[in-house]
Amino acid sequence: MTTKLLTALLLGTSILGSAGVANAADVTLNIESWRGDDLAIWKDKLIPAFEAKNPGIKVVFAPSAPTEYDAALGAKLAAGSAGDLITCRPFDKSLELFKKGNLADLSALPGMENFSPVAKSAWQTDDGKASFCVPMASVIHGFIYNKDAFDKLGIKVPETRDEFFAALDKIKADGTYIPMAMGTKDLWEAATMGYQNIGPNYWKGEDGRAALIKGDQKLTDKDWVAPYEELAKWKPYLGDGFEAQTYPDSQNLFTLGRAAIYPAGSWEIGLFNTQAQFKMGAFPPPVEKAGDTCYISDHTDIGMGLNAASKNADAAKTFLSWVASPDFATIYANALPGFFSLNSSPVKMADPLAQEFVSWRGKCKSTIRSTYQILSRGTPNLENETWVESANVINGTDTPEAAAKKLQTGLDSWYKPAK
Amino acid sequence: MAADTRPKRPFRWHVGVFLAPAVLVYTAIMILPLAGTLQLSLFRNIEQHQVFVGLENFRTLFGDPNWSVNFWNALRNNTWFFIIHMLVQNPIGVMLAALLSSPRLRFSAFYRTAIFVPTILSFVIVGFAWKLILSPLWGVAPHLLDLVGLKSLFTPWLGKEEYALTALSLISVWQFVGIPMMLIYAALLSIPEEVIEAAECDGITGMSQFWKIKLPLILPSIGIISILTFVGNFNAFDLIYTAQGALAGPNYSTDILGTFLYRAFFGFQLQVGDPNMGAAIATMMFLIILGGVCVYLFLVQTRLRRYQF
Repeated sequence: MTTKLLTALLLGTSILGSAGVANAADVTLNIESWRGDDLAIWKDKLIPAFEAKNPGIKVVFAPSAPTEYDAALGAKLAAGSAGDLITCRPFDKSLELFKKGNLADLSALPGMENFSPVAKSAWQTDDGKASFCVPMASVIHGFIYNKDAFDKLGIKVPETRDEFFAALDKIKADGTYIPMAMGTKDLWEAATMGYQNIGPNYWKGEDGRAALIKGDQKLTDKDWVAPYEELAKWKPYLGDGFEAQTYPDSQNLFTLGRAAIYPAGSWEIGLFNTQAQFKMGAFPPPVEKAGDTCYISDHTDIGMGLNAASKNADAAKTFLSWVASPDFATIYANALPGFFSLNSSPVKMADPLAQEFVSWRGKCKSTIRSTYQILSRGTPNLENETWVESANVINGTDTPEAAAKKLQTGLDSWYKPAK
Repeated sequence: MAADTRPKRPFRWHVGVFLAPAVLVYTAIMILPLAGTLQLSLFRNIEQHQVFVGLENFRTLFGDPNWSVNFWNALRNNTWFFIIHMLVQNPIGVMLAALLSSPRLRFSAFYRTAIFVPTILSFVIVGFAWKLILSPLWGVAPHLLDLVGLKSLFTPWLGKEEYALTALSLISVWQFVGIPMMLIYAALLSIPEEVIEAAECDGITGMSQFWKIKLPLILPSIGIISILTFVGNFNAFDLIYTAQGALAGPNYSTDILGTFLYRAFFGFQLQVGDPNMGAAIATMMFLIILGGVCVYLFLVQTRLRRYQF
């Protein structure tokens, strides 16, 4: 008898309890994301900071696995069960969602004026008229090096390509360290950390990228083949069996102190800081001769948009305006060193390695990865082919010219530049 | 007269009732999706609308070099994958079963279990474990080869175009050799004692007994295993995906129909998925497997019947 009464009481309180919660929270916003790694940062830093300023709006960060994100999001949007806020992949994936009417137009959102046109380019229609995601972060490519190793061998940070290869030769001759930690097994390392890292110096950043999209330049031109020629020269400096070396292998080789130079993206900083037991430094991709203008890949990576079907659009817009504010940028960039804010107002960062990376924005010209905008829309997909061919060039299965020719032929088969 | 008075047999409702669950479940999870795939392959997404295009997708698949080169490459790799299984997995399975069924073998239950265990492991575990074993950096393979003085034989197999597919096929063989072993083992045990005794009376013992008596009697099982291997291999995907990724590198050398279908259907990285072309590839896989099974059923199995009791 008493148990029954107790059960009834408990049931009653649970119903009343949940009703009470529902009344107290006026609006709850759900964020869709693939960045499960950032869960703690959102829960402990970003969301409390926002909720403190905006009482009445609750925010829930609900990530799914990176490989499942796009498919899961598509299904949820179709079923009408997706969150109010949607973390945007750069370029075509998000553009497609916008065209389907899943993402709202945010061109007029207060706060959008804080971003440069290059920053917004990843989430705009091709004509640049409508923006549909607030840019959150970019990643910068360069080389991270083991400072202890450089000091021990008396190598100074290379600025030109000749110095770079001289440094590699010296490390190789010494034999203590593997000169460069990179493998071709996962393919994308060769393309992203290799080709897209050193390439902008050859094709002159945005100039070359724009000319490629306009059809004025071809991938078989000297400026686009030359990075492959340099990549082919990396082969002797990679570790034994690099053909079967995966991305986590490369990370471990470097953080265990067995390799001296790591062709990197700035997203590694957070992980490397916690794992490496030695001092690290970074340098931008070397230029041909000292004093040349340098170009870096400062690739727009994450944005956030508004689900057009959201029932809480006003609250969601308040949140997005906050995402566009310098406040958000400061918390985000410091919590995630290596993901740099795209906000025009400079953000103070505490991490020295992150500072080094972001300082290149001042002296070098920024560009984004050449294959991402427009050029990867058809079949064969230029980005995926670039992965395969970059690995082939380093493995020595394709010459730089043959690789470039394959890529251009593939591109020509579907891409007709607008004249 | 008796026939007239006999009551007419009532319609046997219970047959339908008993069949219904299986028919409904099978229709819902097998026949409908299959029909859906076939239908999807005849449509194309034009400006956000599904438009009927007939066999246009198949013309693209075979006529456009951007698709056909990949398709034939995947089919070729898949065939090689199957050949390795037929040449390595099934003979080893038969051999193991023959050894296990020998009454003089001790601990046979232990061996049987040990050899069968990999089959129940997840692909993900197998893929990652073998990636680590064969890793040139931390793997045990280079060390083990070094111990016997054969270090020079080691190469990063999974990263070399010429070896990667064979290496993966052998990993798959390692995982699945337990299945032919079990089926053949069961078939060997079911051979009647009288047959064996009669053979012994005729002086057929030892190896020749295996070749002349047992092997012909287990041929139907070998046929079943071959067809299971064929279907399994042409549907394979998981191992390649976990070990080599969706781009099935290096240079598409390990790309099989399953990974090719995955990239086309779901897309990969910047490549946006194209469900219609994906369905066209899935249809081709269906037809290939259907063709293989038909060849087996009509040409091979009819001949095998003779040996059955």
